[in-house]
Amino acid sequence: MSFLREISPLVRNTFLSEKDVLLRLAAQIAAEIQQGERKDYIEVLDLSSGDLHRGGIKPITFVRQVLAACFYPALLEDDSLPLDVKERADDLLRQCDGGSVGSYTDSCGITKIKHGLSKFITRRDGGVPSSPDDIFITSGSQMALMFMLKLLVQSKVPCQTGVLIPVPTYASFNLALEDHGAVIIPYYLCEEQGWTLQVEELRRALHAGRKTCNPVALYICNPGNPTGHIQSRKSIEEVIRFAAEERLFLLADEVYQSCVYREDTKFESYKKVLSEMGSTISSTVELASFNSASKGFMGECGLRGGYVELVNLDPAVKEYTRILFSTRSSPPVGGQIALDLMADPPKPGDPSFLTFSEEVQSIKNMMCKNACRIQEVFAELPGISCQPLKAGFFVFPCLHFPPRAIKWAKKRQMEPDMLYCLQLLEETGLHVRPGCEYGQRKDSHHIRLLVATHEDIMEDALQRLKTFHMRFMKEFS
Amino acid sequence: MSENGALPHRGKVLTVDTMNANVKKVDYAVRGPIVQRAVQIEKELKEGVKKPFKEVIKANIGDAHAMGQRPITFFRQVMALCTYPQLLDDNKFPEDAKNRARRILQACGGNSIGAYTTSQGIDCVRHDVANYIQRRDGGIPSDPDNIYLTTGASDGIVTILKLLTAGEGRTRTGVMISIPQYPLYSASIAELGAVQVNYYLNEEKCWSLDISELQRSLQAAREHCNPRVLCIINPGNPTGQVQSRQCIEDVIRFAAKENLFLMADEVYQDNVYAEGCEFHSFKKVLFEMGPEYSRTVELASFHSTSKCYMGECGFRGGYMEVINMDPEVKAQLTKLVSVRLCPPAPGQALMDLVVNSPQPGEPSYQSFMKERTAVLSALAEKAKLTEEILNTVPGISCNPVQGAMYSFPRITMPERAINEAKAKGQAPDMFYCMKLLEDTGICLVPGSGFGQRDGTYHFRMTILPPTDKLKIMLNKLKEFHQTFTQQYA
Repeated sequence: MSFLREISPLVRNTFLSEKDVLLRLAAQIAAEIQQGERKDYIEVLDLSSGDLHRGGIKPITFVRQVLAACFYPALLEDDSLPLDVKERADDLLRQCDGGSVGSYTDSCGITKIKHGLSKFITRRDGGVPSSPDDIFITSGSQMALMFMLKLLVQSKVPCQTGVLIPVPTYASFNLALEDHGAVIIPYYLCEEQGWTLQVEELRRALHAGRKTCNPVALYICNPGNPTGHIQSRKSIEEVIRFAAEERLFLLADEVYQSCVYREDTKFESYKKVLSEMGSTISSTVELASFNSASKGFMGECGLRGGYVELVNLDPAVKEYTRILFSTRSSPPVGGQIALDLMADPPKPGDPSFLTFSEEVQSIKNMMCKNACRIQEVFAELPGISCQPLKAGFFVFPCLHFPPRAIKWAKKRQMEPDMLYCLQLLEETGLHVRPGCEYGQRKDSHHIRLLVATHEDIMEDALQRLKTFHMRFMKEFS
Repeated sequence: MSENGALPHRGKVLTVDTMNANVKKVDYAVRGPIVQRAVQIEKELKEGVKKPFKEVIKANIGDAHAMGQRPITFFRQVMALCTYPQLLDDNKFPEDAKNRARRILQACGGNSIGAYTTSQGIDCVRHDVANYIQRRDGGIPSDPDNIYLTTGASDGIVTILKLLTAGEGRTRTGVMISIPQYPLYSASIAELGAVQVNYYLNEEKCWSLDISELQRSLQAAREHCNPRVLCIINPGNPTGQVQSRQCIEDVIRFAAKENLFLMADEVYQDNVYAEGCEFHSFKKVLFEMGPEYSRTVELASFHSTSKCYMGECGFRGGYMEVINMDPEVKAQLTKLVSVRLCPPAPGQALMDLVVNSPQPGEPSYQSFMKERTAVLSALAEKAKLTEEILNTVPGISCNPVQGAMYSFPRITMPERAINEAKAKGQAPDMFYCMKLLEDTGICLVPGSGFGQRDGTYHFRMTILPPTDKLKIMLNKLKEFHQTFTQQYA
């Protein structure tokens, strides 16, 4: 890769991959800026990862107060903390052996917290019952996904286990699949129709997959990462019916369920829709739904709090699942507490409610404003188009490169959108990810930008992008 | 799909037959059936069911806080400051705690422990870990780039095993592990489909390691697999033995000669009690053996925030240091850890505090040392107490608890009891421990969960309950054993 040679040896290390090139460049530029090297911009603007706090959004006060009191119970005597914080922390500490968050917990998570999660799920799904025994808390939802893969993927068969995954999909999931020895069976989301999932495409992918492996699972991300798309109820029903007919285990990654921008759009969980589809389907289709404290308004990625709810799992398998979980000791307590607060936040009348709801609302408003602003800006730019942004943390616009740009990238042996991102970073300090990392239809190109950031940062980012994009398109027209 | 919309009978996709066969082989005695029964009994007690005891004593798991050990104040202060930085303005917190919190937060994205960290772990924490290792090992340098922060030591151990497991049939990776062992190893080996290669520790010689036994085990294993890894837990779990320096040198020499990757589980490195015993890190010994070994032997050593004097299991803090790893394999390792995104940031912060604890002259130094010393000396006292009391019981023989947190005494079981157990399809020591639980409320883990020589029976008991409770427990155990022996005479 010719561009790689241009990376400073200071920043190079033994692990170089195409994906890493951007990270290295961003680090290099940040270092150069710190050393006073002149650039056209004063800082790197990092919109590359789904990390709310890294993007400058403050953690929710109530969450951090409760956590602090749990970590250091002397604070329970402190006047500065609101009563509901203290009560909550006290209650949580009672759930911990020895009254300390330093104890191991049940391998699948603190029982009371699982109860809280099951109530949360039932409320969310308009009354559909949920059992704490079907809930497994993990160190981030990624771990839960990996556990499911570990159960599903047979290592000693004549035919490898296949998992259907959407294109585009976020990069570390691909890695997880490879890691477990699963065959990836891609199904393409329909960009022209707003990144919808088409059952005919699922069917095509499945039949193709059956020629080379044994497909057992269908992974869906709803709301979508990176697409920002949210499935209609009808679409969810179609997918469930497809899974029922074709005997596929459904893996529904719903970590962005609380990030929905538009008034006219509603998130409906796979579990809810499943439960309303008649007893033959609702009592047989196996479903794992994933949620996390990393996304939504809490953005507590570093705490590693996630869970999976298993629906219609074979009871004998569940026993093995429990044993498997037990070998990992217990999920991090900080993450468990974050999940509990996510499931059961302050209510009207609670001392912390006002501050809490203001903070949450402000984040929601910010995301809505950003979603609108992005679409406004992209609408004016030639060579960039964007499907309606409805949910999630990201936008995934399509770049329409002139043929000369494609040729230029080919000459440099790099994906055009990767090269675009590298140039964008170099010239404007804006760090976003290229579509090639997520998968895309042949000869289509995209970038992925974080939407969940301050309005000023969003505006700054859009201006940088606009300037660069205009110049780029002009240069290669 | 038939005309009226009904689906043909749908068998489940994920059944015991279709699931990953390796997962079925996984067992983890520490949280196994006996613990489940203990939890059930606790429920029954709560519901008012009458029992010959008032409470269940969970001496099955190495969880210090659960047994009443207090967290180190300084650590929790810094954790609170990191979590809720508003407290940095609160003058109730000492300056040294605040400085550490500020430093950690500065290294986090958006100055928040809620941000993802890099998958290898926060940079400055890895630097601090490297400095700690260097200090601990008398100046032998440690490269932060060889440090990986992990979600507890278990995460690191499983990751390295995964990295090293390869081959098929006769070339399948064999993993040498002590018998008895901490069952995370057997569980992970089963899960990964690697081959478990047992080497027996010498109970008669205080659970020491004989190189001749390593040799025997290796030779036998080479008939059916490709032994590539040698795991050693020092100080030992469940045995509590602290290996001598000579022994460690011998093991290193053996690994070098036989081309084995050494995994040194050193999570109990501060838990050394017996006179004449000292913790020698594998890394230190390796480097003191000169470049012939220090430049070639591949080693991964593991540490954690869960044991020693911290007992912070719930935070899931840990690290591993990899030495002489093939650069391509290391690249794979870096890729592998990136799949789970990152270890919990609070655990990373806590690990930082462990390796960067208050120094003489700092405001918190006195109270920190007081607390640390109190914990470690209590453990030493309880280790001695346990060995003493258990050795007064005819039919129980307990090796000195030199370190770690457990005793692993050998019990003599009457023939009738053994037969009754076998008739029930139970391991005899499981039968014993179950009866103990039902009669006294004491929850231990049977030796069969850790491995032991055929025809011998043991249990593992933690030394963690508070001293008075421990005394009561040991005496109850003594009574039980005598009753049990008589009952099955």
